[in-house]
Amino acid sequence: MANTYTKIASVAVGGAGAANIDFTSIPATYTDLCLKLSLRDTRTQIDDYVNLIFNNDSGSNYSMKSVWGTGSTTGNSNYSAQTANYVFQIAAASATASTFSNVEIYVPNYTSSNAKSFSTDGVTETNAATGTDRLDALTASLWSGTATINRITLTPGTGTFVQYSTATLYGIKNS
Amino acid sequence: MADKKIIVNCATGEVTELDLTPDEIAQRAADAQAAIEAKAQADADATAKATAKAALLAKLGITADEAALLLA
Repeated sequence: MANTYTKIASVAVGGAGAANIDFTSIPATYTDLCLKLSLRDTRTQIDDYVNLIFNNDSGSNYSMKSVWGTGSTTGNSNYSAQTANYVFQIAAASATASTFSNVEIYVPNYTSSNAKSFSTDGVTETNAATGTDRLDALTASLWSGTATINRITLTPGTGTFVQYSTATLYGIKNS
Repeated sequence: MADKKIIVNCATGEVTELDLTPDEIAQRAADAQAAIEAKAQADADATAKATAKAALLAKLGITADEAALLLA
């Protein structure tokens, strides 16, 4: 069981916004990776998603199963052979002003020579009691790449990350 | 103002903000559109499957739990 967290790197988006956040040269010295995100983007909806790719791989190598909720209903989605992993659920331009989503991505055994499973949970922080926008999601994902993960790139589904969005990458060792 | 990309070098801790090149801007737009279309298709497939399942259950006059019991 993982019992130690070490901050590898952290970034806060500046006033110009960001079209993507790209963690490169991730060391292979940990057991697991954990990415903590506080994000908001410029899509003209309450919510958006983020495209995540590992090692600059934009091939059809990502699959995911997600359960999610809106202000009035719940549902699930199943995606296979996608060119990116969809990280739900981040706040967008129509979410309550100045709120940022909370998202955590956990990648166990990222140096494994097998395909990598990982989990994502995210909530769109907004005061919306009804509507069709997704407010939270739990996702089980798979990247079929067999190389050690050394790069993680996050790109908004639409628009750009706004100022004060943050992303912090942690390494976790099992001893 | 040009769109920026943020590169975080985890080996050195260096954070670099760069302007996207015209090629990157074009690629970004194409990638975003492709992802939106793929996601929309997957969502539509899931909805169609759920609708077909509900219609079949209604036609059979049984619930999802009863259908699961038949297949157990």
